Amino acid sequence: MSSVQLWTYLFIGLSFGLYITIAVRSRAGSTHEFYVAGGGVHPVANGMATAADWMSAASFISMAGLISFLGRDGTFYLMGWTGGYVLLALLLAPYLRKFGKFTVPDFIGDRYYSRSARLVAIFCAISVSFVYVCGQMQGAGIVFSRFLEVDITTGVIIGMTVVFFYAVLGGMKGITYTQVAQYCVLIFAYMVPAIFISMMMTGNPIPQIGFGSELTPEYGGGYLLDRLDNISEQLGFAAYTEGQRGTQDVFFITAALMFGTAGLPHVIIRFFTVPSVRAARTSAAYALIFIGLLYTTAPAVAAFAKTNLMNTVNNAVYEELPEWFYTWENTRLISFDDRNGDGRVQYVGDPALNELTVNGDIMVLANPEIAGLPDWVVALVAAGALAAALSTAAGLLLVISTAVSHDLLKRSLMPQITEKQELRYARIAIFVAILIAGYFGINPPGFVAEVVAFAFGLAAASFFPAIVLGIFYKRMNRQGAIAGMIAGFSFTALYIIYFKFIAPELSTPAYWLFGISPEGIGTMGTLINTVVALTICRFTPAPPRDIQQMVEDIRLPGH
Amino acid sequence: MRDEHARAYWKANVRILTTLLSIWFFVSFVCGILLADFLDNFRFAGFKLGFWIAQQGSIYVFVVLIIVYVFWMDRLDARYQTNSKAANLKAANRAPNADEEQAS
Repeated sequence: MSSVQLWTYLFIGLSFGLYITIAVRSRAGSTHEFYVAGGGVHPVANGMATAADWMSAASFISMAGLISFLGRDGTFYLMGWTGGYVLLALLLAPYLRKFGKFTVPDFIGDRYYSRSARLVAIFCAISVSFVYVCGQMQGAGIVFSRFLEVDITTGVIIGMTVVFFYAVLGGMKGITYTQVAQYCVLIFAYMVPAIFISMMMTGNPIPQIGFGSELTPEYGGGYLLDRLDNISEQLGFAAYTEGQRGTQDVFFITAALMFGTAGLPHVIIRFFTVPSVRAARTSAAYALIFIGLLYTTAPAVAAFAKTNLMNTVNNAVYEELPEWFYTWENTRLISFDDRNGDGRVQYVGDPALNELTVNGDIMVLANPEIAGLPDWVVALVAAGALAAALSTAAGLLLVISTAVSHDLLKRSLMPQITEKQELRYARIAIFVAILIAGYFGINPPGFVAEVVAFAFGLAAASFFPAIVLGIFYKRMNRQGAIAGMIAGFSFTALYIIYFKFIAPELSTPAYWLFGISPEGIGTMGTLINTVVALTICRFTPAPPRDIQQMVEDIRLPGH
Repeated sequence: MRDEHARAYWKANVRILTTLLSIWFFVSFVCGILLADFLDNFRFAGFKLGFWIAQQGSIYVFVVLIIVYVFWMDRLDARYQTNSKAANLKAANRAPNADEEQAS
């Protein structure tokens, strides 16, 4: 066993031990504890938990890689996934906390005084969360298989067992405190290699400043980003700091990710766990600070890794490449095809001459090796990626379980069940959800990875307008909200299904509606939802007095 | 009286939201996307300005916006609570008189 593997077992073993200890200590005894952790979570703890809940395997493993290949266009991930928190903090979190129930369908169902509205919301919450959770399980499986050389099935089963422990025993309470620990693990694992690399390449230990600094003489001097632009252009790629995609497309994708972030049920429910309206606001601020730490580091990592990669591999003799190249070649994350038979790697923009294919995930996973960092730093990345995948998976599974036990069974189908029975159903639901998610993690249907990115569009087009209008427009009624959610959700889903599955060959800017890609169509869905809701609402009766009173009430802070 | 307070509070709240969300929109969508190419003409250190706003600056601004929101709302809550406490006090002082009036 190599030294990297030993370190990896050590870090993963320690972190999993920590999660399980926390799980055993925070068992949930009531539905109030199971759904919202008893409602007494400190704002800082909730901020960390929200950050871990939010930052998934995709944020941790894939985002920096995506940015390093997209260059400036990668911006929509950065702004979209952080800017949504401004909307969440200002337009949703405090009011939903004041409303003070357990779930998002709870709010939709009560505010729109209708079982159909609740059912529509349950359907949206479950489908959005399911799509998303399968991707997390898959992410966990991949990390296990790449770092420990166990097969993906074993990896997913280990991941499932750990999540099972703290999610089934502790519900939201167990999930919250493990997420706090997971945040610490993942941010440490992300920052350490970034700081090391920034020091090495620019002499500045702060990556956020380092990537705007000059390279050290060993790396050839000059500003890093200028250098990156230069090499990219020399090799026939687009300049790194210039945008390639249509401006309106970037605009719409950014907006879809922002609205989606604010509308994702597993993020929203985190704000039900704090003790007061004021705590909800404060904790949103902490959450964004904790998230921003990783999100401002990611573009720096992207730039460092891209420079490093191009410096190392281009025109290098294949036989003389460093060890990591062959290791990652085995995992097929990187592949070399010596087309002109000169024994050297040509990494160029022209597809006819290019000999190297690189998967973006390598930018984070292999970055420490590419930069020649010590083995323990390499191993740390595995523990961090698992923390990111498992914390998000747990948050999503909880949404699915509450949607079934609380919204569907208790509030819609069998209101007579006792709290004890409801709690048992919640545990059964989360158990079944873990099994299904695990199954799809092991046998990923081709569409999961594709669809994960669209979960945002769907959340944006269904929940965001319904909740915001419910708070800010007292006159909004049942008919408007239901019609809006159905219109927004189906429009977005159909557009995505059409361009991704029915006619993928047509998915080019020429055929897109107003040049908007399927990734950005959620923004259009949000607008359609809003317009439909406002129009229908005008022609149907105003909501009952007690509902209007409830809206007045959630607008005020206090208890 | 309480209704008026509630309405004033809500109005002030909406004013805060509008101000902060305008900045949010301006920084992210206007500077980070629409004007990014133009802003790239300006540089500081190794960054082009538009690129920096898009990949770094906007996120810092988002954090600051939420922090400012927390402070402004705290101040608003405090003002509103003292007001409503004063109102309650007045109401409480009036209450016995009202009872007496009813009694007599």
